[in-house]
Amino acid sequence: MSSQLTVTVNGTSVTVSAGTTVAVALALAGQACRTSVTGEPRGPLCGMGVCFECRAIINGKLHSRTCQTLCEAGMEVKSEK
Amino acid sequence: MKAEMRRDGQQRFDVLVIGGGPAGMAAAVRAAECGAHVGIVDDNATLGGQIWRSESEHGPTEDAAKWYQRLLTAKVTKRCGVRVFHQPAAGVLLAEGSDDLYELRYGNLILATGARERFLPFPGWTLPNVMGAGGLQAMVKSGLPISGKRVVVAGSGPLLLAVAAYLRRHGARVPMICEQASWSNLARFGAALLRHPAKIIQAVQLQRELAGVPLAPKSWPVAASGREVLESVTISRRGKLETINCDYLACGFHLVPNTELPQLLGCQVSSGYVQVDELQGTTVQGIYCAGEPTGIGGVELALVEGQIAGLAAAGRAQEARKLFAERDRARRFARILDQAFRLRPELGKLPSAETIVCRCEDVSYSCLQRHASWRAAKLQTRCGMGPCQGRVCAPATQFLFRWNPDSIRPPVFPARVESLALAGRREQQAAQ
Repeated sequence: MSSQLTVTVNGTSVTVSAGTTVAVALALAGQACRTSVTGEPRGPLCGMGVCFECRAIINGKLHSRTCQTLCEAGMEVKSEK
Repeated sequence: MKAEMRRDGQQRFDVLVIGGGPAGMAAAVRAAECGAHVGIVDDNATLGGQIWRSESEHGPTEDAAKWYQRLLTAKVTKRCGVRVFHQPAAGVLLAEGSDDLYELRYGNLILATGARERFLPFPGWTLPNVMGAGGLQAMVKSGLPISGKRVVVAGSGPLLLAVAAYLRRHGARVPMICEQASWSNLARFGAALLRHPAKIIQAVQLQRELAGVPLAPKSWPVAASGREVLESVTISRRGKLETINCDYLACGFHLVPNTELPQLLGCQVSSGYVQVDELQGTTVQGIYCAGEPTGIGGVELALVEGQIAGLAAAGRAQEARKLFAERDRARRFARILDQAFRLRPELGKLPSAETIVCRCEDVSYSCLQRHASWRAAKLQTRCGMGPCQGRVCAPATQFLFRWNPDSIRPPVFPARVESLALAGRREQQAAQ
């Protein structure tokens, strides 16, 4: 079994295996990555860093592509409004 | 601290390869084996491209393992998680990592930027859990639990079958694979597979893994529904509508080449593909291109084009010529692929007036319909002006309205302010 680590997604703790992307942590927490300009919830589309639909706030950094970022212990993730 | 990182990030290569999929890896290996100092840069966290990435549960395929080993032996410099965004002067590229900035200088450049899925808008396609076929596969590869989930796989192209088989291996239930191509096109494609020994094995394996999953030709999604996330998808199957409850819709309409960087560097693109000569040279001296950007052809074509480009960029044209026959064979397969999965015009009628086409700026179909060109739509509606810079909506509007995207402007990816500042300084130096 690979090692586990915990991140915070919109204030809730989520435990994932090492090597899991932030996009997956958001999905496990049942949270949309961002809210679109007309207020729709959005999640990942391309999974390869092209579409920017999965962007969220990672450790305070805006517009981070969550499908291209691996979870690190203690990471704080927030959906982008 | 930042300034120090910038200095450390300055590097010069005889041959620089952008893109670490099969084409880029093969190019880097062949050039480095000729004695050239070679660097390879990829946006993703690991090399291998979308096709070879994290195949760890079975180990890499035999072919992939061979190329990874050769890359290691040939001492190619790897830079992963790094994206090129600008060329401030000839022979220099600026690239950004998560916290640092690179100034990459090159003698010859090989562009192996790969392809992405083509997405077509239909009502509900912006709901969470509607993803690309390759998109959902990438999510599962990076930890998304899929066991026991119901996944409808739809769109077009051989990727659908590979993704459906992959998802089933990981415990997903796949009630249907909807392929827009007709049965006769699929049969022609199947017959072509039988002429390629390596592909027969893949085809037989796929058939075994997909036993019991209906493959519906002439079928496509007409609507995805759900409150906050996807709950069901409505399919048009040979003219009849049926609704299937599901957790995910994995939907992509074959592939479109990534030509943004080649275009930024001035390489000629026609009919959507980067133009190359027999040695994979683009219309810009010293810049080569290999793999999907020159025509969608799959991994075999990518590997042989990459090798030719690598050898040519290292000054070994004679050796490169020995691979021309192999490339011709792979190109014949690419032509069959192109014909078999050509999109049917009905797919252009899927969006309703309110369907969002540009997902970054939420521009609807009816807003776009009023405009005559991509440029006019961009100026009036902000279509294609969001962070993806039209990578999703430009191919869609090309299909829906026959619009052609205009020139590419730097940065080709959204870059940080400090990166743009360095770009400005380098441009000034180059001008002096």
